[in-house]
Amino acid sequence: MSGGYDDELSRPLEGALEASTSEGPTSPAVGRDEWVARHGDNRTRRGGLLGTVEARLRVVPWWAWLATFVALFCLLPVASDSGYVRRVAFDIAIYMLLALGLNVVVGWGGLLDLGYIAFFGIGAYAYAFLSSDHYGIHLPSFVSIPLVVVIGATTGFLVGLPSRRLTGDYLAIVTLFFLLLFLTVTTNGDDLFGHNVTGGANGLLNADPLSLFGHELPPTLEGGLFNPAYMYVVLAVFVVVYVALRFVNLSRTGRAWRSLREDPLAAEVMGMPVNSLKLMSFAFGAAIAALSGTFVTMLSASVFPLSFSFPLLIIIYTMVILGGSGSQPGVVLGAVLIGTLLELLRDPGDSRVLFYAAIVLGVLGAFRFSVKLAVVVAGTFVFGFVAHSIAGASDNAWVNGSGGEGGGVADFAANWVIVPVHVAAWVAPVSYVSLVALALVLTLLHGWARIALLIPVLYLAAFVWENVMIAQPEPTRYIILGVILIALMIFRPTGLLGEKRVEII
Amino acid sequence: MSANGTPMLELEGINTYYGQIHILQDENIVVNEGELVCLLGGNASGKSTTLKTILGLVRPRTGTVRLAGEDVTQLPTAHRIKRGLAIVPENRRLFGPMTVLENLEMGAYLRPKADLKAEFERVYELFPLLYERRTQLAGTMSGGEQQMVAMGRALMSQPKMLLMDEPSMGLAPILVEKSFEIIKHVNESGVGMLVVEQNANVSLSIADRGYVLSTGRVVLEGKAADLLQNEELRKAYLGR
Ligand SMILES: Nc1ncnc2c1ncn2[C@@H]1O[C@H](COP(=O)(O)OP(=O)(O)OP(=O)(O)O)[C@@H](O)[C@H]1O
Ligand SMILES: [Mg+2]
Repeated sequence: MSGGYDDELSRPLEGALEASTSEGPTSPAVGRDEWVARHGDNRTRRGGLLGTVEARLRVVPWWAWLATFVALFCLLPVASDSGYVRRVAFDIAIYMLLALGLNVVVGWGGLLDLGYIAFFGIGAYAYAFLSSDHYGIHLPSFVSIPLVVVIGATTGFLVGLPSRRLTGDYLAIVTLFFLLLFLTVTTNGDDLFGHNVTGGANGLLNADPLSLFGHELPPTLEGGLFNPAYMYVVLAVFVVVYVALRFVNLSRTGRAWRSLREDPLAAEVMGMPVNSLKLMSFAFGAAIAALSGTFVTMLSASVFPLSFSFPLLIIIYTMVILGGSGSQPGVVLGAVLIGTLLELLRDPGDSRVLFYAAIVLGVLGAFRFSVKLAVVVAGTFVFGFVAHSIAGASDNAWVNGSGGEGGGVADFAANWVIVPVHVAAWVAPVSYVSLVALALVLTLLHGWARIALLIPVLYLAAFVWENVMIAQPEPTRYIILGVILIALMIFRPTGLLGEKRVEII
Repeated sequence: MSANGTPMLELEGINTYYGQIHILQDENIVVNEGELVCLLGGNASGKSTTLKTILGLVRPRTGTVRLAGEDVTQLPTAHRIKRGLAIVPENRRLFGPMTVLENLEMGAYLRPKADLKAEFERVYELFPLLYERRTQLAGTMSGGEQQMVAMGRALMSQPKMLLMDEPSMGLAPILVEKSFEIIKHVNESGVGMLVVEQNANVSLSIADRGYVLSTGRVVLEGKAADLLQNEELRKAYLGR
């Protein structure tokens, strides 16, 4: 199913094949030097079990992956009747849609759109205008949703229009300005030239729920639980958008986007309408963002300007970059991973387990199974217990501050990390800054000197975590996003599933 | 050889500037229908700038560019491509992470999809290797192979007028000859060509006429055979 068009062209063309074989061994073949002639022989395969698994996985068609993923996702509300889990599943489904849309603009169009979240907000507000008590308009969903998509695409087009010649930095600033404008207008929109347009900071209330075939879906079930039907609706929309975008990407337009991103000048001399193509990807992304906005308004029956701010923009970008900008399965994976991670980090117990697991995996990944690994692990353990008992011996108040969730990990941490009952105000910034500084020094050292420093640094990291970061989950979440991005930049710049870059030299 | 008298491409009194720098100075160039013309000149003499002016990537301050008699000086690039212009750019400028097939397809961006099959066949016949490698990423090909992709890509739009910027750059001597054979072959199928070259000897041997640029001015022009005999030119370019 990889685009019928390609298949047609990949079928042997009689004339060409003849020409290629009729050349014979003696006549000099154009450009066919030795390496080239034996190109096929040079291909190597990974052996062993891993190689077999890899080869098997490679032949699984894309729709099978998609179906499996969606099926598993659908089972979530069945597997857990917790309202919290269902709500998070809905949020992640929205993230997946948003990531797909941003991928069109950033991954395919190659445009740095920092106003993306504004289109999400425009969709949310547009739905509230069209279907709520605010103006007393109550369009049925099957009218208002397409209208919102059109509004989103049109605004995207208009924002792109003056900035279409702009690229890179300029476009980023113009779109960022647009997001600011959107936030300002919505927060102060309760008195726009004497009219209450957006309800200001109080937002708009009493938006209509989704109505399907004259049947209304209440956002909350009896008992105040969130209605999982909304998650299924968003998931269905996700599948439609995913498949549609896949076809767009395989079309000539999709390929034109890619060539445009690769070499705009070459694309221009092929006769491609560079500006229209850019505008198109911009409008596509905006339309998808606006579409996602409608469901958020429906579910909460209200819309507030605060829901569309910079942190959300950063989160969506991290998803796209982590998963691999340009790859559809990649950005969906990124949305699921980051969405889950951010939720886990809300809970001190879960985030503690996550933190220590990440440290252990990181150390394991860095040293594999070697003497150095044993030294680091044993050294860090001993270092911790010694520090803990010295501090405990001098004053019990030094080590009795901990206490929290996380099961065995928490018990271990309580006996290992120094957590004073009362943390002085200077401890947080000093320990935090020294951790960052020492981590930087670490990158300059080599061999055993590095390991000697690594042990106290690991301990300091645990100290900062227990004393500073767990107490402040909100900044911690963003610090961790930052760390993920930095790690990605170093180890896998193309993202988890991103295509490898090919540079022409 | 099949050249007849109607001009396909005309540059008349072209003056092109980059900011304050006057690059092309009163340039006049004509390529007739089906003619193979080569444009010679040392480094920085303005050869690539001439091609950019023809394509509309830079606008001349004064002068006219005509395609098949129509004034296109004010038209954007895409419109000129639509009128039958195509280029093999300097350094090839392929779309690296895309396959050979996709690169070729992009060359025919403005052509209706239905016609493409015939175009592909034509290009594959000229370059059988491209057919074998249609699924390879263009960026992973060797320099010589990439040159073939660039030529194939330009031919995909079925141009009436083909511009080439140093098609022999980076090719082994045997490939230089082979690629000029192909250029000649394409030209004989009726495509007018303006070929920018450093390799004066080979290019003049297949060209109908030639122009020599020096610091943005045409300093010599004439039949290729005459230019090959020209003492000055031999001293400057042929090194004998
Ligand atoms: N965008 C630009 N801005 C300023 N100067 C430029 C620009 N592009 C080219 N030039 C200058 O114009 C002059 C002619 O350049 P051009 O690329 O046409 O040379 P060329 O004849 O193609 O040389 P070569 O054989 O080395 O490719 C050079 O001095 C070059 O530095
Ligand atoms: Mg040049």
